[in-house]
Amino acid sequence: MSEPQTLVDKLWAAHEIVRREDGESLLWVDRHYVHEGSFHAFGKLAERGVPVAEPGLTFGVADHYVPTRGSRTNIANPELARMVRQVEENTAKHNVKLFGLGDPRQGIVHVVGPEQGLTLPGLLIVCGDSHTSTHGALGAYAFGIGASEVAHVLMTQTIWQKKPKLMRVTVDGVAAPGISGKDIVLAIIARIGADGATGGALEFAGSAIRALSIEGRLTLCNMSIEAGARCGLVAPDETTFAYLEGRPYAPKGADFDKAVEEWSAMKSDDGARFDKDVTLDAKAIAPIVTWGTSPEDALPIDASVPDPARETDETRAKYLRGALEYMGIAPGKKLTDIAVDRVFIGSCTNSRIEDLRAAAAVLSGRTSKVPGLVSAGSTLIKQQAEQEGLDRIFRDAGLEWGESGCSMCVGINGDLVAPGERCASTTNRNFRGRQGPGARTHLMSPAMVAAAAVAGHLADVRPMLAGRKV
Amino acid sequence: MDKFTKFTGTACPINQPNLNTDQILPARYLKWTRAMGIGKVLFQDLRFDADGNEKPDFPINKPAWRNAKVVVGARNFGCGSSREAAVYALYDYGVRCVIAPSFGDIFSGNAVQNGLVTAIVADDEAAEIMETLSRTPELPVTVDLEPQTIVCGNKTYSFTIDPVRRMRLLNGWDDIALTESFRDRIASFKTGDRSLRPWAVPNTNT
Repeated sequence: MSEPQTLVDKLWAAHEIVRREDGESLLWVDRHYVHEGSFHAFGKLAERGVPVAEPGLTFGVADHYVPTRGSRTNIANPELARMVRQVEENTAKHNVKLFGLGDPRQGIVHVVGPEQGLTLPGLLIVCGDSHTSTHGALGAYAFGIGASEVAHVLMTQTIWQKKPKLMRVTVDGVAAPGISGKDIVLAIIARIGADGATGGALEFAGSAIRALSIEGRLTLCNMSIEAGARCGLVAPDETTFAYLEGRPYAPKGADFDKAVEEWSAMKSDDGARFDKDVTLDAKAIAPIVTWGTSPEDALPIDASVPDPARETDETRAKYLRGALEYMGIAPGKKLTDIAVDRVFIGSCTNSRIEDLRAAAAVLSGRTSKVPGLVSAGSTLIKQQAEQEGLDRIFRDAGLEWGESGCSMCVGINGDLVAPGERCASTTNRNFRGRQGPGARTHLMSPAMVAAAAVAGHLADVRPMLAGRKV
Repeated sequence: MDKFTKFTGTACPINQPNLNTDQILPARYLKWTRAMGIGKVLFQDLRFDADGNEKPDFPINKPAWRNAKVVVGARNFGCGSSREAAVYALYDYGVRCVIAPSFGDIFSGNAVQNGLVTAIVADDEAAEIMETLSRTPELPVTVDLEPQTIVCGNKTYSFTIDPVRRMRLLNGWDDIALTESFRDRIASFKTGDRSLRPWAVPNTNT
């Protein structure tokens, strides 16, 4: 009998073109997603005067710089207009399909790929964006790369990689109502640290992961990078196949059935060896929020922020003081006593229909005490939400219902959190200045952001869900 | 790409864990091309306050470290966003090596593509180097990629770096030229793969 293999072993073998003596492998790339930020790489192609090797496997989106309000066909801000025009021109020049503004399929690259059925189990997917790990939720081997590597993939459809260390995180048990993929992944990052899986491949397993919808798994794999992992993966299963069937770019009919047969074998064999194993009990996971300036600064909502005076390690104490000072939070303060100024629901982490439904379930019939913006992950999701009446719930609660894009997660389209303002956000990074210079970000699930909006401070969503359908 | 072998210069300690690429280069500069002078805005929001005044306490603003060729950091340096422009900013500022206990994976991959060395030392060694530099800011530090050593004052530290990345830096390899040499292998892989995994090609009959 052959050695039991992990999911990553199998995907690696299927893409390996050459393995050098030094251990680096040249891998075939099945999908390459580009966006406005890929201009450095297109510039490198222009310098060499070479074409895109596989335009049919390359797909573009406009997401990072697109406005969420005002005209999108005639963008008022000339810098944003230039960034969007640039990706339009670069993709047109190289015959690359673009989901641009005006196309209902436009949206955030990590939402559009799965939604369009471009992201499939068993594929190797790259994109010049760190959150490319998202696509692993469907059983793809997907990772973010820098501009030089983007140029390399554009020119050759291949990438040099060294096989990563393999880590398995098993989450068993049944999570409580109101606990989402976001809570699970924040709990994992809090446990292993922001560098807990550096450079590794993180396979998520266990009954609580199996029970997650594709949306939940996308959130989970999206934030694998926040634990330092190169990629996160969930083995494809019936949930995956049901999600993919009928999606525009997915195989159809008999081809789909044949693909499902092959995808079904894409899982880690019993007894396969991982470099590291971590287990969590889903029952023990409470709604999680971050308090500091790294995603690892995450605690259950009923906790208090750390007190540096009680920390014996001076380096750690210094870090805590710096983070609390930036965040404007007194040492030892109860999380639920922290007032928020603004909320944001969106980003490649949490902007899918299920995320919007979860937030709307809390906000329905209630009012937000603070202003906020809701930006669906794609224009199609926005339309679906409108058909379901979710936009009305958000508007009636006092929140703004914007167009789709990366928006306030990274703020480069102008959707910023003001200096010193505190934002409860469904995004992925609470880094200093991430949502704008001086902005203070607390990461949490869509339901928890909705709870913070209703309460005006960080709050436990669970009591607010009593008697409601979630 | 410039070949890297040995380098001596002043070294600036920045003792902040998880110093992510948003801190190295804030997102609002991602629109810039490299030719616009991206090195000028390295650590922009750590170096300057909201009014554009220098923050005197930020290490690289101190006279001894203003022209640092080496940055010494804490764990998980360069985590976060894949923006290669964070590496451009460091390199164009004049930094040729970052020493830290661990690095963001994409950052260290981007670094090697641009001739920036990411030297990994143990936690306590990074702390010791930072401590030495705090006492003697002008002390030059020598990074030698061949034997993988850092000389700081009268102490020599060994550092680790992925051996493939080290070879790339020493040789100044161009990945694309290397890949082109496997052109036939790539073509035959593609042919075989199309029949092995027909479903892997996007279905455009939509």
